[in-house]
Amino acid sequence: MNAIRIEALTKRYNVGFWRPRPYLALDGLTLQVAAGEVFGFLGPNGSGKTTTLKLLMQLIFPTSGSAEILGRPAGDAAVKRRIGYLPEHPYFYDYLTAEELLAYFAGLFGYAAAERRRRASALLDEVGIGAERRFPLRKFSKGMLQRVGIAQALINDPDVVFFDEPMSGLDPLGRREIRNLILRLRDRGCTVFFSSHVLSDAEALCSRVAILAGGRLIAGGPLSELLAFQVRGWELLMSGLDAAVLERFRSGPAITGATPLGGGRFALELPLGIPPERTLAELVAEGAQLVSLTPIRDTLEDVFVERVAAAARSRRLEHPQP
Amino acid sequence: MRAVRHIAVNVFRESVRDKVLYSLVLFAVLLIATSYLLGQLTAGQDIKIIKDLGLASISVFGLLIAVFIGIGLVWKEVERRSIYSLLAKPISRAEFVLGKYAGLVLTLLVNIGVMTIAFYAVLVYLGWREIPEVREAWPAPAADPAMLGAIGLIAIELMLVTAIALFFSTFSSPFLSAVLTLGLWVVGHFNADLRDFEAVVESRPAVWLARTLYYVLPNFSAFDIKAQVVHAQPVGVGYLAQTAIYGLVYIALVLVGAAVVFSRRDFK
Ligand SMILES: Nc1ncnc2c1ncn2[C@@H]1O[C@H](COP(=O)(O)OP(=O)(O)OP(=O)(O)O)[C@@H](O)[C@H]1O
Ligand SMILES: [Mg+2]
Repeated sequence: MNAIRIEALTKRYNVGFWRPRPYLALDGLTLQVAAGEVFGFLGPNGSGKTTTLKLLMQLIFPTSGSAEILGRPAGDAAVKRRIGYLPEHPYFYDYLTAEELLAYFAGLFGYAAAERRRRASALLDEVGIGAERRFPLRKFSKGMLQRVGIAQALINDPDVVFFDEPMSGLDPLGRREIRNLILRLRDRGCTVFFSSHVLSDAEALCSRVAILAGGRLIAGGPLSELLAFQVRGWELLMSGLDAAVLERFRSGPAITGATPLGGGRFALELPLGIPPERTLAELVAEGAQLVSLTPIRDTLEDVFVERVAAAARSRRLEHPQP
Repeated sequence: MRAVRHIAVNVFRESVRDKVLYSLVLFAVLLIATSYLLGQLTAGQDIKIIKDLGLASISVFGLLIAVFIGIGLVWKEVERRSIYSLLAKPISRAEFVLGKYAGLVLTLLVNIGVMTIAFYAVLVYLGWREIPEVREAWPAPAADPAMLGAIGLIAIELMLVTAIALFFSTFSSPFLSAVLTLGLWVVGHFNADLRDFEAVVESRPAVWLARTLYYVLPNFSAFDIKAQVVHAQPVGVGYLAQTAIYGLVYIALVLVGAAVVFSRRDFK
């Protein structure tokens, strides 16, 4: 079953006061996210990620198109009981403490007072807010607010969560904690839909991603597919390699590069065309020892930069500037 | 309904933690408390002046409180985007508007209650201090319960002002909302003049326009029975009930309008 179904979703703003011109913040986005998936929603600044999430939360209304969450139209009361949402740069009532805020939100789901307190304190533990939970939120730093924002999104044990840049403002430790939290959510069967600029996080967490640019979907699919055909070669670390042997291999096609690493070890670059097992076997036969063998593949960042640049080029062709 | 109550309680909590509101109420109570000094100055021991002043204080400070809390609350929530996470919870935008309003009314009524208690405390003290001969000469006792009727209508009037302020704040800035609300309040006090417009003007369309405005604009002067109660003229229960119902129906219509406007807007 699809947890999220987005059909030709479009949002047009009219910008300019005297002569309003239409501006497409989101242009016919079609997307499905399966239940239980961790889905990364990527794209450069201003590409329409936040717009999409706000449309899904019905904070803004689409110009055309539709969106369904858990098989029901977005904004449906029954849907809202089962989802969580972390807005971009979250901000909350500054006169409440973190504890009070979470208890307040829990109350909106109809939990009894004791249960509200229990959930609030468990979630604040989970996102690493300690004694500060008794402070009014106006005294919270950016990263602490972000953590509270994540906690409030999980107050109802949601089946689907929407995070708009969950890692924004977090320290390295916090980012690792949130990464682990997302993995725990996934293990619990929760669908996670998150936008991010931190591609290494998306790479580590997501099963599938979508890349947006200029309000349009420009790439999408399983991460393995997006990155698999981008394997560029292999990196082989060997020790005990004789200099003369290396020289001989270097002159052939099997090794395209070699970097001495100290301690008598070498990092060798193997091309894609020749099976790395064969080169390895030959080197081992020459008395060298294997340290490691890893594929050199494009990172999500490489794919991202390449696709976004290509999309920008094709847009320039569609709309040439005078 | 649970959501409405929850939001209302939170609004009340917000206003309890707001220092500006405290200073307003404190100032009003002080003013009422010191009004008996005025009674000493005018040696005629005219308790009417003190009653006048007290009711006017409740009405003016109540208006300030109603406008002050009514214009900012929804706007602030949208402007600071705290509404984003709130509306993702299982509540509708109409429930949000109703909850905010209920919380504002709760705040308003508590404030009016505090001012009323201060007012009656001063009156009881003055009545007790006065010599019996003077007391006999008063047209009504110092702590006249009939004044509660006047305060009740003031409360309903201010609830209507709050609803109007809330309505404007669902789509405009606090400054504009304050100007519009106060403007409507002033116009609404002269509303009764519009009904008898044909006595002044000949032109048919102008009279029609005046008539329409008379029915559409809130008739705030109807809520003002301060002069009657101070001068111990009887005000019928029928009039009180009728005016209260008028106010409540008007409030309901304004709230429906606010909910409709708020349900359609984009949060940018
Ligand atoms: N209220 C608005 N009026 C006009 N244009 C808007 C409005 N809100 C957003 N936009 C435009 O829509 C586009 C998409 O914005 P959006 O906030 O969705 O980007 P984003 O992908 O979330 O970017 P970022 O990575 O910086 O958060 C932007 O070009 C922005 O200028
Ligand atoms: Mg964004």
